[in-house]
Amino acid sequence: MKKSVLRVGASMLVLSLVGVACGGSDDSSADACEGNSKIAFFGALTGEAGNLGINIKKGLDLAVAQHNEANPDAQIDVEAYDSQGDPDQAPALADKAIADACVKGIVGPAFSGESAAVNAKFEEAGLPLITPSATNPALSTNGWDVFHRALAGDDKQGPGAASRIVADGKMKVGVIDDNSEYGKGLADIVQTSLGDKAVELNSLDPEAADYSAVITAAKDAGVDAVFFGGYYAAAGKLAKQMADAGVTAQFYSGDGTLDVGFIEAAGPAAEGAILTCTCAPKDSNPEFLKAFQDANKGEDPATYAAEAYDAASVFLAAMKDGKTSRGDILKFINSYDAAGVTKQLNWDEAGEVTGSAVYAYEIKDGAIKGLGLIK
Amino acid sequence: MPDWLIIRTFWELTVTGLALGSIYALVALGYTLVYGVLRLINFAHSEIFMVGTFGALLASSQFLSIPLLEDGNYPYRTGMTLIIFLVFIMLIAMLFSGIGAVVLERVAYRPLRGNGDAFGAIVLAFLTTFIVSLVFVDQAKINVIIALLATAPISYAYMRFFKQGRKAPRLAFLISAIGASTAISEAVGVWSKHGRDQYQTPRLLEKKTLFTMFGTDVRIDYAIVIVGALLMMTALTLFVNKTRLGRGVRAVAQDAETSRILGVNVDLIIIVTFALGGVMAGGAAMLFTLVYDQTRFNIGFILGVKSFTAAVLGGIGNLKGALLGGLLLGLVENYGSAIFGGQWKDVIAFVVLLVVLMFRPTGLLGESLGKARV
Repeated sequence: MKKSVLRVGASMLVLSLVGVACGGSDDSSADACEGNSKIAFFGALTGEAGNLGINIKKGLDLAVAQHNEANPDAQIDVEAYDSQGDPDQAPALADKAIADACVKGIVGPAFSGESAAVNAKFEEAGLPLITPSATNPALSTNGWDVFHRALAGDDKQGPGAASRIVADGKMKVGVIDDNSEYGKGLADIVQTSLGDKAVELNSLDPEAADYSAVITAAKDAGVDAVFFGGYYAAAGKLAKQMADAGVTAQFYSGDGTLDVGFIEAAGPAAEGAILTCTCAPKDSNPEFLKAFQDANKGEDPATYAAEAYDAASVFLAAMKDGKTSRGDILKFINSYDAAGVTKQLNWDEAGEVTGSAVYAYEIKDGAIKGLGLIK
Repeated sequence: MPDWLIIRTFWELTVTGLALGSIYALVALGYTLVYGVLRLINFAHSEIFMVGTFGALLASSQFLSIPLLEDGNYPYRTGMTLIIFLVFIMLIAMLFSGIGAVVLERVAYRPLRGNGDAFGAIVLAFLTTFIVSLVFVDQAKINVIIALLATAPISYAYMRFFKQGRKAPRLAFLISAIGASTAISEAVGVWSKHGRDQYQTPRLLEKKTLFTMFGTDVRIDYAIVIVGALLMMTALTLFVNKTRLGRGVRAVAQDAETSRILGVNVDLIIIVTFALGGVMAGGAAMLFTLVYDQTRFNIGFILGVKSFTAAVLGGIGNLKGALLGGLLLGLVENYGSAIFGGQWKDVIAFVVLLVVLMFRPTGLLGESLGKARV
């Protein structure tokens, strides 16, 4: 008897706690937005390639902070949706962003895989997006009206990387990818551009610890260079294990690897690696550089921060112009044409930014150093 | 002989495959021991491995304060110092994993066996209040204080709830195992210093060639992994076969009820079994960080699945089977990658598993811990 009373009491306690917990959360799926309009970050803040998302969010935060300072009576909030870069986790978060009526625009999705998984949802909801980083060329071929890219795609980056590799005098290039939408896409373009100089070495699993099989194949092929399509954590492991295995081939990779996380993971093996990106070097706009450093304790803007700043600026310009609905903001973006900190920002029908440039970077003395434009 | 990649690079693939296979085998031992004794698939064993890698990281970077240098000046050690350091790091990793495995058993499995005790109740009560308090405040220190205050009454209530002597259905153990696995890895992912990022572990020895065999350079770290794993497995086999406690493990595996009647302390034997599995996983964790210099909150996931596969391949519940299954899986993955390409690695591993199970449903060597054929 006594026991069952205790049991009932305890379950009631648990139920009431659950009740409090549920009652405490606010119902954000209301039709109209009450409160400040929001620009959402969508992408990885944690996980295998979280650093790239953090860079993007910093660029977005800076643009919004500047806007809020200049417009005290029209404050904008930043909402972050951390997808961990995982196409499986992204759809639920996209639904959440769409359901929040205050979210007027998306800076992101950051990666190509998650973009392919959720952009159709944003299209259906008419929620405009500008990605500062998803570079898979196929993304702009879906007829999505809401899709915009703040930098050139891998159809530009791939040939750029290939011409740099050829210019470096490499004759036999092993091409490896991580089997992701972005990595495989980029590696395939590089391989096609290299023609008969390329040796296909297949894919690796970015989450696996051991890459010895693909490294053995690279060794066997006697390559004098390796191009990796994928993100920095896997690139770091690959570069390190290659060096440990005595492979001396020059390491090349794309924008997914352009992060200090690559240097941390590879250690000294990162030294001399050459990376390409359609994103602008940090010093391409001194004014932005200074503002970013002031806002981030002297830290330099890293990969995609400037592109994110540009993307956010377009949304902010729309809001400043009095556009409040997602539809009006989308129309505003589609007809936008003004200079950003990285490039002239105007988009064609497909959502590709006009004008493109591919930059090369080198890892030197444990830091990323710009080598300037390719070609 | 045809000029195929696998034939040209056969010996190199063999060495790297054996090294990774040794690590699979050590982790597989944990699955196999627990299954042999409890008929339970301890899915949280992969997290015990992960805890071990963090133990190794802590031992090398904190206790021995070996710096993590990125400019090429690796803090290499040589000779006796290197051996002492390696042994020390391994012992700490084993301690972490061993304690982790025992705590896991107490908290996640023992209450379900109808044998829950105060320890399990206190830990569960602490975890419950800690998580409920997160609803209201999110400051680790305050949460811990709230949880500590509420632990006593709630653990008392839990003690009253524990259904002594009544065993939960098998499915409950499985859910408890999967839940514990997710909870442990997410807790490390959320609350550790770098969260979900990759951690680098200091590199202690120069990875140079130790000797050359069949035209293939065998690196010193691979050699240490293979030899170390074989030594640990020999020690485990001797323990299970020659010691009193080991005899208890075999007895309980054979027939828990009868052993209890005959005076074997079954709960003690279960603790020993989990501890042994944990210690092996800790050793594997240290060897893993030696070769790959890194870890993450979810490092155990893929490795755990592979090791479990290895255990089933060799015959779950069979110690020699775990060794054979682990080594075989490491080799098959490497050879398969060379023939079909890296993206087919996992497919090949599972096709091999299915084919083996088709002809030998209990694995290559059969289930046998219980039949004293260890």
